[in-house]
Amino acid sequence: MSVFILITLVVIVFGIIYQIAKASEYAAVLNGEEKVKQQTNKLMASLLVAFFLLGMYGIVKCHTALMKHMIPESASVEGVGFDSMFTTTLIVTGIVFVITQTLLFWFVYKYQSRPGSKAAFISHNNKLELIWTTIPAIVMAGLVVIGLKNWITITSPAPKDAQIVEVVGKQFNWLIRYPGKDGVLGKRDFRKISDENNVLGLDWNDKDNKDDIISQNGELHIVVNKPVKLIIGSRDVIHDVGLPHFRMKMDAVPGIATTIWFTPRYTTAEMKVKTNNPDFVYEISCDQMCGKGHYSMRGTVIVETQAEHDAWLAKQQSYWDVNNAPATPAADTAAVASTTMNN
Amino acid sequence: MNNEAMLHDATHASHHDHGHEHHEQHFITKYIFSQDHKMIAKQFLITGIIWAVIGALMSVFFRLQLGFPDKTFPIMEKFLGEWAKGGKLNPEFYYALVTMHGTILVFFVLTAGLSGTFSNLLIPLQVGARDMASPFMNMLSYWFFFTASVFMFISLFIETGPASGGWTTYPPLSALKEASMGSGLGMDLWLTSMALFVVSSLLGGLNYIATVLNMRTTGMTMTRMPLTIWAFFFTAVLGVLSFPVLLSGFVLLIFDRNFGTSFYLSEIFIGGRALPNVGGSAILYQHLFWFLGHPEVYIIMLPGMGMASEILSNNSRKPIFGYLAMVISLIGITVLAFLVWAHHMFVTGMSPFLGSIFVLLTLLIAVPSAVKVFNWLTTIWKGNLRFTVGMLFALGFVSLFISGGLTGIFLGNSALDIHLHDTYFVVAHFHIVMGVSAFFGMFAGIYHWFPKMFGRFMNNTLGYIHFFITIIGAYLIFWPMHYEGVAGMPRRYYDFSAWQSFNSFQGLNAFISVVTIIVFFAQILFVVNFFVSIFRGKKVTTQNPWSSPTLEWTTPIHPGHGNWDGPIPTVYRWAYDYKDNGEGGDFIAQNVPLKEGEEAH
Ligand code: HEM
Ligand SMILES: [Cu+2]
Ligand SMILES: [Cu+2]
Repeated sequence: MSVFILITLVVIVFGIIYQIAKASEYAAVLNGEEKVKQQTNKLMASLLVAFFLLGMYGIVKCHTALMKHMIPESASVEGVGFDSMFTTTLIVTGIVFVITQTLLFWFVYKYQSRPGSKAAFISHNNKLELIWTTIPAIVMAGLVVIGLKNWITITSPAPKDAQIVEVVGKQFNWLIRYPGKDGVLGKRDFRKISDENNVLGLDWNDKDNKDDIISQNGELHIVVNKPVKLIIGSRDVIHDVGLPHFRMKMDAVPGIATTIWFTPRYTTAEMKVKTNNPDFVYEISCDQMCGKGHYSMRGTVIVETQAEHDAWLAKQQSYWDVNNAPATPAADTAAVASTTMNN
Repeated sequence: MNNEAMLHDATHASHHDHGHEHHEQHFITKYIFSQDHKMIAKQFLITGIIWAVIGALMSVFFRLQLGFPDKTFPIMEKFLGEWAKGGKLNPEFYYALVTMHGTILVFFVLTAGLSGTFSNLLIPLQVGARDMASPFMNMLSYWFFFTASVFMFISLFIETGPASGGWTTYPPLSALKEASMGSGLGMDLWLTSMALFVVSSLLGGLNYIATVLNMRTTGMTMTRMPLTIWAFFFTAVLGVLSFPVLLSGFVLLIFDRNFGTSFYLSEIFIGGRALPNVGGSAILYQHLFWFLGHPEVYIIMLPGMGMASEILSNNSRKPIFGYLAMVISLIGITVLAFLVWAHHMFVTGMSPFLGSIFVLLTLLIAVPSAVKVFNWLTTIWKGNLRFTVGMLFALGFVSLFISGGLTGIFLGNSALDIHLHDTYFVVAHFHIVMGVSAFFGMFAGIYHWFPKMFGRFMNNTLGYIHFFITIIGAYLIFWPMHYEGVAGMPRRYYDFSAWQSFNSFQGLNAFISVVTIIVFFAQILFVVNFFVSIFRGKKVTTQNPWSSPTLEWTTPIHPGHGNWDGPIPTVYRWAYDYKDNGEGGDFIAQNVPLKEGEEAH
């Protein structure tokens, strides 16, 4: 019923608007088309200019209103280049934006048809055209140079001493594996995956796996000022490890291992102070559409000092132990946690 | 059929007219299985408008969810039933809506509805041809599109819902029924529909190319063609060369889905079991998809560019500035459009070196784009501007193209894209440049050529209201999204409440949703104006209401099949001779012979 009323209402409103519009056309005929045309033309030129001025004002307003919701400066060393490059690009494009939009609306006003006005017959100007082809080309070249410099930094091989962590996506959570004491991630085989006791399909014939730690609560623990290399994979569909605070992102593709590396600059504790937010957390977002739970595929990054990290690590049980050790109370809770996390 | 053969048909028809004996064309051949390019254009347009309303309504539904995640809207349950139980969208269906919105708007509205309408309407009229090179293929093109539409429409009503993996439908998500509900029957229907759509595009595109190359009237050299025709021509070239690649991508996907192949599948554990597939690459699909996908965005953009050029020049009463540069930049865009696809894939783990090449080529495409903008600006410079509704939309087109094109420069630089990819920054970028800007080109075209299509004008006042609400609304909706994107807010999220980094934008999201609803109703206003004006609009009384030099305005007010009653006019000059005709007029039509001593442009 309410739908019906709503539709009727909409229809009536439209009917009224339409009648008014129609009436204004008839009025135009009565008042002499030419005169009305001129008035309308003038009105439209003014409205366009008003739109432009209000728009420019709106841009400033929008900027001041939204900047306070921005994420803080890059929390990774490699992301600092992003921030400065973003600013450079913003300035370059900002200048072009202001110049071209201003010209557009200025011409609209200046060259509006007036009684007796005439257009000039100008069809081209080779010199002008050459100039405005060359300048953008040079500017673009500049941006490409800056961009590629940063791109090469980001995509260069990770430093030898980088901490290695594996991040694997599955519908709809992140599984994180640390290499354990040997510092080596053992082999995985997707055929060995079992949601009960082998979520990543670790190959138990590979002794490197025995000390690997798997955390299923989506917490990625890394060390401040120490490069970390993420080995990224997926169990099912494509996901994407998004680390907005670190300005990093990489797809998680089944069957293909991808990597990124970066160096965190601030611990989570430092960020809490910096952002004035006692609840601050670094978040891992899934940035590739992966199904109905895509939006809930949240992980967190805990950046800590080496000492804190070592202490945390010492408390972790290897995945092998979790599943095979005689049931200690700690292992029990971990196992329960793992089954509840699985869907 | 060549022009002469058609001339026979046409003079035959006009003979009857003159004899005042009503030779009634059968309703079915006139309105349904018509082979008249003008009727086919109208069929594409009206189908496109219907789809646009459906697609826009979907966006209203999912914007309600994004804007007000903790409220319920019982009215949605009326429309969507089970999918919005208790007035709240279910996540599965949210994704289905987003997917359908994208597919419908990109392919059905801005490709078929746009090129289908205006290439069909304008190519024969502006190059001086009686009809398309193959009117029959042209008719087939529409009916393939229609069939594609039927399949897509049906998929909205099946139990498991339509495809829901995003308009790009990346496998493995789209390949595995276990991965999501929409990857079941809905995806099969999606693929069927899209395959038919590709056929429709190819039939249409080949026809447009053939017509432009072969059917031009005497004197209509390529460089005398209006820029609209150049734009439609390159649009068709882009489509013909890239749609087959998309189709091949789809065929492999169909194989993976139904016949156990592993083109895109490898090492997958899903639904509690490991799949047997190994050795495929999920990334391969993305290459095939974007090899069309990027040209596709220009397939959407070029017609708008062509029509805006034409309308700006016409309403400035001044030739287009730098005609040759305009044509060359179109060529540049067309060529480069094939060489930048991997900029959609910078973070798939592709080789960094390859990435660098794509950065270079991507930013290169900004150059011809910039040239076009400068040329539009200098076209209105020193003009005598007449603000018809079409002109306003053409100006809006330029403004939006600038805004959206500039953000492409951020995204094309891989080192920036690594943070911006798949965030609301991308959503803002492509909606402004492709969504809204292309729509503005289309609106400009509709308002401008409506008199040619229906022999009546659309209501101006409504047109002006439509324009201002739409441009203000579009900027209000999409401008702030850039900020969300820079903050890292991912696209395709059903709910941000749980995310500390993003939930401070909740107020903004609500604001955007409210504006969306207002803009939606402004579009309904347009639709009402359109349909009512077909029957009730002010009648066109002069043959050339916009004082345009191009050939479509030399046809009768209601052109029959064959377009010109007599012989096709001969062309003596370019399409932009806005100069004193010696009798107080400010333009000289293309079919007027050169005066003595006058030099052709
Ligand atoms: C200056 C010219 C342009 C450049 C440099 C550019 C660059 C880019 C880049 C790099 C992306 C990928 C962003 C990402 O996913 O991370 C992108 C996305 C997109 N662009 Fe552009 N673009 C330009 C103009 C255009 C135009 C003219 C259109 C449409 C007519 C367009 C439509 C799109 C669309 C639809 C997407 C998003 C597709 C998706 O992921 O769903 N772009 N653009
Ligand atoms: Cu996801
Ligand atoms: Cu692209």
